[in-house]
Amino acid sequence: MNKARQNPLNAAAMHGALILYTLIALFPVFVILINSFKTRKKIFREPLAMPDSESFSMVGYETVMKQGDFFLYFQNSMIVTVATLFFVLLFGAMAAYALSEYRFKGNMIMGLYLALGIMIPIRIGTVAILELMVSTGLVNTLWALILVYTAQGLPLAVFILSEFMKQVSDDLKDAGRIDGLSEYTIFFKLVLPLVRPSMATVAVFNMIPIWNDLWFPLILAPAEETKTLTLGSQVFIGQFVTDWNAVLSALSMAILPVLILYVIFSRQLIRGITSGAVK
Amino acid sequence: MTALSLKKVNKSFGSVHVLKDIDIEVEEGEFVVFVGPSGCGKSTLLRVIAGLEDASSGEIHIGDDLVNLTPPSKRGIAMVFQSYALYPHLNVRGNMTLALKQEKQPKEVIDERVEEASRMLDLAPYLDRFPSELSGGQRQRVAIGRAIVRQPKLFLFDEPLSNLDAALRMNTRLEIAHLHEQLGASIIYVTHDQTEAMTLADKIVVLRDGRVEQIGSPMELYNNPANQFVAGFLGSPAMNFLPASLLNEGDDRTMGVRPEDLFLDDDGVIAARVNHVEKLGGDTNVIAKVSDFQITARLFGQQAVEPGQKLRLGFNPQRVYHFNREGARMD
Repeated sequence: MNKARQNPLNAAAMHGALILYTLIALFPVFVILINSFKTRKKIFREPLAMPDSESFSMVGYETVMKQGDFFLYFQNSMIVTVATLFFVLLFGAMAAYALSEYRFKGNMIMGLYLALGIMIPIRIGTVAILELMVSTGLVNTLWALILVYTAQGLPLAVFILSEFMKQVSDDLKDAGRIDGLSEYTIFFKLVLPLVRPSMATVAVFNMIPIWNDLWFPLILAPAEETKTLTLGSQVFIGQFVTDWNAVLSALSMAILPVLILYVIFSRQLIRGITSGAVK
Repeated sequence: MTALSLKKVNKSFGSVHVLKDIDIEVEEGEFVVFVGPSGCGKSTLLRVIAGLEDASSGEIHIGDDLVNLTPPSKRGIAMVFQSYALYPHLNVRGNMTLALKQEKQPKEVIDERVEEASRMLDLAPYLDRFPSELSGGQRQRVAIGRAIVRQPKLFLFDEPLSNLDAALRMNTRLEIAHLHEQLGASIIYVTHDQTEAMTLADKIVVLRDGRVEQIGSPMELYNNPANQFVAGFLGSPAMNFLPASLLNEGDDRTMGVRPEDLFLDDDGVIAARVNHVEKLGGDTNVIAKVSDFQITARLFGQQAVEPGQKLRLGFNPQRVYHFNREGARMD
């Protein structure tokens, strides 16, 4: 046992630092939340005050519900994020397994090539991607976003997952082969459950930037029926006038699903980060 | 009938030649141990037999069939791994039945075999537990049970005891020997531990650098080693090697004497100075220097020998082995 952990003074200092950091991190979220329930005047006059009977107002939420099809935007964001995560995890894990398990010519080069995408921002290719989407007729469909985000997420997924797949015991896979399991069964039933923590890590890394992205929805799918939540919220931000009530309310609601997904993945995530370190 | 025969089997990984012209025959019901220092290719050989690696050349016959192109699951083998390799998502019963289910065996057959195996290995109370809830010894028994239920033509054991502690290792060794008697099955067992090899084997295959050095029963190999490597590898403490010229001017051979063949003798031909004494109660191991060479003498009973003491050792000239410069026997 670490000696520092037993010292009450050190423990208090450690917790103090962590609590301070938590407060700093949560403060903006807190400000958004309380202000989303206040009247416009109060937001500007006392931005840090809690909503009371006088300043309480649901006007922001009402505007959001009335203007634009908020639930459709929400649904679009959800479809794009979940579908992308599914494809990134499925293809990423498959590629990682192939790279870590099988010996073939150019294995190493292939791995480097796939990982190279981490260093090249996909937005550099926006014009080409747009042309591609136009000529394939995918503009203003959710598929355009799903495909782009999948391409964007795969390099990191392959890179992280192949490292973890290398740690899965060879004996276990060989035992499966001797027992007559197919390579697919070995992959899905034996290997995937063992790398679940690293899959959660990849999922969280991918999820948040996709949910928050404004760039590609604006360029590839700006139509009313394919708007994502982030893009949908932009209608309240004008060049001259911004409806802060509506913006804050929309943001508050946009936080929720990410929070829920994060809680689902985080238990796995912690195991992923600490695996190997504790054994 | 032969359970396994290897003919001129070679295996290379790229430019590294790991197995070189391996010829081995395993008879039905025989317990064969592959032994050798780490890196000698014994595990690779086992994996080639199992079909987990392809042989680069040569023929592998299991029973009457040429199996070079047969996938592992169809070779009629079962393997027990060093790390147990139990399926973490299945309980003990699930681990034992998976292969049978893959073979589409009827349920009655599966139940019967699981019951028989769990009775032999005392696993009945654990059938519903998961591998993570078992101790190391129990896991190893499940791994062995998983092999038994398949009723294979050939069992392959890959260093199955090296993850167990000393006491458990001894017990499991006895259990494996007992299982072999009960099942009458052909077993190939890989180990680097020469004690396991000597105690379990009907036949030992000594490997070095991908080559078979010698094949024979444990006592054959012990009493009549073909070369200096085999002589030095089997037996604990290991055989002593001294230049024959120490005793016999102009002899350029190496002579080998087993520690237990040395005895205290005031007229003995070897003059030694004691370096260290290991008193084991039943035996006394004397580690001594003969000019610049270290030798070990294993003396029966408790002896009053102290470090720094000078003593003379004798041996029966008929129990001495001679090896030439290349390590081959030359008597």
